[in-house]
Amino acid sequence: MSVGQTVRDATTVEHTDREPLSRDEMAQVVARDIPAGAYVNLGIGQPTRVADHLPDEKGIVLHTENGMLRMGPRAEGDAVDPDLVNAGKIPVTELPGAAYFHHADSFAMMRGGHLDVCVLGAFQVSQHGDLANWHTGDPDAIPAVGGAMDLAVGAKDVFVMMTMFAKDGSSKLVESLTYPATGLACVSRVYTEYGVFDVGADGVSVRETYGITVDALRKRLPVALRRLED
Amino acid sequence: MRVLDAEEAVADVADGSTVLVGGFGTAGMPFTLLDALVRQGARDLTVVSNNAGNGETGLAALLAAGQVRKMICSFPRQADSYVFDALYREGKIELEVVPQGNLAERMRAAGAGIGGFFTPTGYGTMLAEGKETRTIDGRDYVLEAPLRGDVALIAARRADTLGNLVYHKTARNFGPVMATAATTTIVEVDDVVDAGGIDPECVVTPGIFVDRVVAVGAEQRVAAREGARA
Repeated sequence: MSVGQTVRDATTVEHTDREPLSRDEMAQVVARDIPAGAYVNLGIGQPTRVADHLPDEKGIVLHTENGMLRMGPRAEGDAVDPDLVNAGKIPVTELPGAAYFHHADSFAMMRGGHLDVCVLGAFQVSQHGDLANWHTGDPDAIPAVGGAMDLAVGAKDVFVMMTMFAKDGSSKLVESLTYPATGLACVSRVYTEYGVFDVGADGVSVRETYGITVDALRKRLPVALRRLED
Repeated sequence: MRVLDAEEAVADVADGSTVLVGGFGTAGMPFTLLDALVRQGARDLTVVSNNAGNGETGLAALLAAGQVRKMICSFPRQADSYVFDALYREGKIELEVVPQGNLAERMRAAGAGIGGFFTPTGYGTMLAEGKETRTIDGRDYVLEAPLRGDVALIAARRADTLGNLVYHKTARNFGPVMATAATTTIVEVDDVVDAGGIDPECVVTPGIFVDRVVAVGAEQRVAAREGARA
């Protein structure tokens, strides 16, 4: 299975000879685009799959906001230590060169722009990079934000991994958010099963499509889509 | 700095106190001190902690005993936060949700004598509604206030007789920040060593921030976490 190379020249690539990306392939595409040597925070849930596709030789350092750099894979068996967990409170391991630090330092790493990439899930992303991923707005829900708002404003690049469409069929890439915001103008790139999109002040640019053409996507999404070469 | 038993250490926690409780989930949660506070019976407490209790031990036991009037935390809702969830849905507890990095930085500010700070976290979201904002060098910030405790209850790996502390892996989390932010800081540790028993270069929390230490022992710490009552 090939998910294609990172798009480097300014031409949109349409992978129409295949199905849309599976969840695992989406994680693979995100991993492909994380530069060697980057300090990276992977959000809880789907983004943690990206770790499975980061080859050692890229020298990428994983940060977990509960206070660790050089976090290793999930701990199994005797390696489980209740004092060594990731942001999802799953037992993990430490790699050589790991460092522990307290919460104020950990969030200084984010807010201070020291992290290169953060990968998050989302309910919605707007064409200008506004992010909604913490609250559906349901008045009966117990609100819980965790580090979502800090992560959204912290890293140099915020990548979002999400399905293109919600369960009701509506696009999760939207003109403007209908869910409560996590952060404004903070997302730089969106990965979905149908494509990879840059978002920002200039709106949405399509970097790649998977299993669909840009023109077909234009008919299904409520936002204007530019090709990189436009 | 005094070395006490758990009952003595929490004996003077007053009704209506604001109590900072360390831990990220169960990692770094001061189970023995919390059990002692349940027996001591102080009521009408405001508790500041990242989560709102897990299972039925530690912070969840304090909540179940009806001693907490208000929770200030970043992420109350978890798979095993059923004690808090039930109290919240019955209207028996107040909740203030604070982004995780703001929670840490607000306590850091309190401990460092800072009267408030402008942070990008939460700008433009419902958690910043009604708060002063300012644009600094083209970026938008929200004014956040320091968050001080009357008492901090935290866990560390080891103390010396002067209260210098070292922690264990990601159980460090909020401990060093909370230690600075309370009038009285109480720490449970696995063991207490003589002055000089901790390499000064490795001290994480200097003893000036620590008022009382309770030597729990590693076995007792594990038992308290598992819910066994000694």
